[in-house]
Amino acid sequence: MDGRRPALSGRAARAAVVGLPAAFVALFFVYPLGSIVERGLTQGGGLDWPGDVLADPSTLHVVWFTFWQATASTALTLAAGLPLAWVVGRFSFRGRSLLRAIVVVPFVLPTVVVAMAFLALLPERLDRSVWAILLAHVFFNVAVVVRIVGGYWAGLSHELWDAAATLGASPARRFREVTLPLLAPALRSAAALVFLFCFTSFGVIVILGGPRYSTLETEIYNQAARAFDLRAAAALSLLQLGFVAAILAVSAALGRRLEGARPLVAERDVLRRPRGRERAAAAGIVAGTLLLLGLPLAVLVERSLATPAGLGLGFYRALGAETPALLVPPWHAAVNSLLFAALSTVLALAVGGAVAIAVARRRAAWLDGLAMLPLGASAVMLGFGFVIAFDAPPLDLRSWPWLVPVVQSLVAAPFVVRIAAPALRAIDPRLREAAAVLGASPARSWREIDLPLALRAFGVAAGFAFAVSLGEFGATVFVARSDRPTLPVAIFRFLGRPGAENVGQAMALSVVLMVLAAAAALLGERLAARRGAL
Amino acid sequence: MRYVVALAAATVLLAGLAAGCGGSGTKAPTEVVLVTHDSFAISKQVKAAFERETGLRLRILQAGDAGEALNRALLTKGHPEGDVFFGVDNNLLSRALAEDLFDPYEPAALKSVAPRYVLDPQHRVTPVDHGEVCLNIDRRWFASRGVPPPRTLGDLVSPRYRGLLVVENPATSTPGLAFLLATVARYGEGGWQDYWRGLRANGVLVADGWEEAYTARFSGAAGSKGKRPIVVSYASSPAAEVYFAGKQMAQAPTASLEDGCFRQVELAGVLRGARNPDGARRLVDFLLSPAFQADVPLSMFVFPVREDVPLPPVFRRFALVPRSPLDLPPGEIGANRDRWIREWTGVVLR
Amino acid sequence: MLGVHGVSVVLGDTPALAGVDLEVGTGETVAVLGPSGCGKTTLLRVVAGLQRPDRGAVELAGRDLTDVPPHRRGIGLMFQDDALFPHRDVGGNVAFGPRIARAPRAAVERRVAELLELVGLPGFARRSVATLSGGERQRVALARALAPGPQVLLLDEPFSSLDAQLRGRLLADLRALFAGLGLTVVYVTHDVAEAFTLGHRVAVMRAGRVVQAATPDELWSRPADDWVARFLGLANVLREGAAARVVRPEAVRVRLDPAGEAEVTAAERRGPAVRLRVRLPGGEELEAASTDVHHARPGDRVDVWIDPAGVVEVPLWDGR
Repeated sequence: MDGRRPALSGRAARAAVVGLPAAFVALFFVYPLGSIVERGLTQGGGLDWPGDVLADPSTLHVVWFTFWQATASTALTLAAGLPLAWVVGRFSFRGRSLLRAIVVVPFVLPTVVVAMAFLALLPERLDRSVWAILLAHVFFNVAVVVRIVGGYWAGLSHELWDAAATLGASPARRFREVTLPLLAPALRSAAALVFLFCFTSFGVIVILGGPRYSTLETEIYNQAARAFDLRAAAALSLLQLGFVAAILAVSAALGRRLEGARPLVAERDVLRRPRGRERAAAAGIVAGTLLLLGLPLAVLVERSLATPAGLGLGFYRALGAETPALLVPPWHAAVNSLLFAALSTVLALAVGGAVAIAVARRRAAWLDGLAMLPLGASAVMLGFGFVIAFDAPPLDLRSWPWLVPVVQSLVAAPFVVRIAAPALRAIDPRLREAAAVLGASPARSWREIDLPLALRAFGVAAGFAFAVSLGEFGATVFVARSDRPTLPVAIFRFLGRPGAENVGQAMALSVVLMVLAAAAALLGERLAARRGAL
Repeated sequence: MRYVVALAAATVLLAGLAAGCGGSGTKAPTEVVLVTHDSFAISKQVKAAFERETGLRLRILQAGDAGEALNRALLTKGHPEGDVFFGVDNNLLSRALAEDLFDPYEPAALKSVAPRYVLDPQHRVTPVDHGEVCLNIDRRWFASRGVPPPRTLGDLVSPRYRGLLVVENPATSTPGLAFLLATVARYGEGGWQDYWRGLRANGVLVADGWEEAYTARFSGAAGSKGKRPIVVSYASSPAAEVYFAGKQMAQAPTASLEDGCFRQVELAGVLRGARNPDGARRLVDFLLSPAFQADVPLSMFVFPVREDVPLPPVFRRFALVPRSPLDLPPGEIGANRDRWIREWTGVVLR
Repeated sequence: MLGVHGVSVVLGDTPALAGVDLEVGTGETVAVLGPSGCGKTTLLRVVAGLQRPDRGAVELAGRDLTDVPPHRRGIGLMFQDDALFPHRDVGGNVAFGPRIARAPRAAVERRVAELLELVGLPGFARRSVATLSGGERQRVALARALAPGPQVLLLDEPFSSLDAQLRGRLLADLRALFAGLGLTVVYVTHDVAEAFTLGHRVAVMRAGRVVQAATPDELWSRPADDWVARFLGLANVLREGAAARVVRPEAVRVRLDPAGEAEVTAAERRGPAVRLRVRLPGGEELEAASTDVHHARPGDRVDVWIDPAGVVEVPLWDGR
């Protein structure tokens, strides 16, 4: 109902909900990125419009390939993830939480490590092919689909299904006409995220695709970090940002038509044991997915145990000792990673949560786009931006250790928004009205109604944010201090040196990273399940 | 209106908080910052010794490979992130000097260094180590098939070694660039492109970086599932394989080829605009000190430029010191590098 | 106690309320009656503070509520479909208001038990909301609305989705409850019988305005115009020139007479009374209400006599 004007007491709160995240993103993203782009475009004094770079046929080819591989990857990922999302979203069974946690693991691993595992598994023909790229993208991103769509599915009520059944619709028909439209908000969120990841994918393209394939992101990296042609890098960055903004706008416009409040129910009232044919189907899907995800992970585990003295924990023991590859013993990297990821998660929940609240009440749609933009920006340009923007007081932050969680939270916050916003939007506004007439102020009502009903979503979001922060490499590597490496940085350092011990320790650290990520995801599940009713 | 005020207040608050927690404008005079690349390494004891002797805390900032680290330093020239930059090599030297990145300093210990490593007569940079880029072969692969391993650059285009070579992309990798320069030095302007055409026809595989080429594609690397027994790596890589094998070895599993090696000298310099120029100079002195130079082989797997420093046994036995590596003057490299890379891309990748 | 003065609300382009005036005395139940779309729900939302009026004011016990947000008005609201909190059990729902008001835990528990007893659901405190039947849900919603001890209670067609028998039972309970608690109540409905049962007074709304507010007896005997008469179910509304004549069915007396001039065309039992349709010699049809067990059937000839006490002249509604 329109025409409702807000009570005066809520105005300040509303301003903060929109203003604080906007300020955060403006300071730590727009400002540094703007600085480096400006540096690139005004190098010769005055604006040097890089029209030649933008019109170059090789640029067009790069753009085309970037879009193509991102679209194909997203479609394949949705297709691969939807069956498991169905299993996780409809049924309760032993090990469900564990399965949901395991699925997140590929997401965290640095691409260098995964690429090595894939190279060991792929047949020759697929090496350096587009299919290797697409498969690797599916491997990484299936988690996004399963968690987001599966989580949302578990919160839908039965009634519409059952209604359609009584009207004579077959299961396939019901799926098409009832399920898919109901799932649309979650599908859209998941697809947008997966597309953005594939759009800005770097390691996979470079290692599994080889030098013949280049996307916008790899080109920007080549121009900025290697060729040091900042002008071309700036031009391509702007192009990339422009595309990302356009994609986000289209996605948002589609969303407005499809979303609305729908009854949220307690998950335990919806999930049931699979029956009959469903059991076989569910078992098959789970097995298939575990195979797809598990094989590369198994390769890593095997290589971490393959010491020169036979299978054993030698490499793991070496993690406690000093090594020339790092300035600190490797186990410090695990502690640093956990600490930074925890801080980053808190920041991401605050920033992303605020944006989700604003977006769910349909205010400040531009804020949604702004919060998502960091996913679409090139990590190297952002990193360079930090280096030149924060080099003098009062913002002399270049060597500030807490810059790492800040950078990680920029990448994690979009997840929080995409996961929490649909859940918040799905809350029946009459529940808030009921709370209001019972005496709850807007803030209290948020705490009593929105937060508990969306708690599961926030729990899922926190788990994701933590995992993303653990595995974040591209931007972290630019701002991390050498005496405080994170796990991905340490793994990368080890892989940069020859010798069995270095590779072995890199594999061992990768397994540590996997375990930590899975544990974090599992913890997020359990906490949310215990405290919220959903 | 209230929205604007709230937004402004929030921004000011955040910025203030950030600044308050961030580094202050004036760095503590008891710290010296070394800006370098990912492959830099130093033993804990050696680092502690420096800190004890000078009373300065040594902070190390590592960012990418040599090229990337240098670009980052160039990005911040005049307001550098640190005091000393270590890791500019002879391939990239001209770019660093042209951009006026360093302040000149001539350390006393330079007299213990062979003149061929002193690349800048104006002493804007000081040599610290050298590590030739050479072809490495997997001994066991060749032995098990009864195929004699290649010995010269020219062998690589022979059909007997078809599909066995992996190189790095010179546009994206320092050893890759060094290998390209080696072929330019060997075959000259008129011949290097034909050589590469021959390599391409012979099935050469191009990797993006050393990590991929060596640890994933090269069959001789420990734990690798790679299938190619010839790779562009470093003269010291066989020694590293032995040192990190975790068990005793009589013979290294890999070997470097003497032919086709390209000289690689790594230099350091005092950054212009450094916050602690005095500390910077002492750090450069330290880089040439016997303590650091002796530490270099087992930390970074390269050779010290000082010849009066003993090498560890594993190096003496397994690391190759090429007698006459290929070389090009830094000026010529600087003038033609970009063109050569472009032409190489056209010949090999397109 | 509660006063609505000249409240107007425009939603989108349509005027939902066009100058509503209503007074509710302390302890009084006023039923707001009207067809769907007449604005009754909007009126409730304005009183509760969920909708800000474009014009006019709401006053409670002499206090102007214009700038008071809903959570500070002390007015309870029961929704059309309960809006129970799915993430809390029955006790949690009922305890919500007192908890927000920071009542001590023991007192809250006592109040919850007391109210559940009152609405006929003793011992339901730990039940999950999803396991309740429709009637039970509405009782919980009522208990929840009453828990904070509001001065005024608003109900928005709370029983419209329940079956007639259940509705009847709940209505009886409600009447007793309101009287027992001395509550001031505004009860919105589109069902005439409900309004008449519950309300001390009934306010009839049409197109965003209150057309007549009076006791059921007054409404029945002197409807404000012919539209109201028809809406209330008064069947015999006959136009006569610039006015209309309303003949109450009970005032139409029918007696079996084979030589009678009128003929029965329909007979329908509606509970205790029978509705007969009688065609007069002039061709007009009248409805008569009879309580005879052996009543006339279609086709019978009857004598018709109209008690003048049951006839009233009302103005014609001019359509505005």
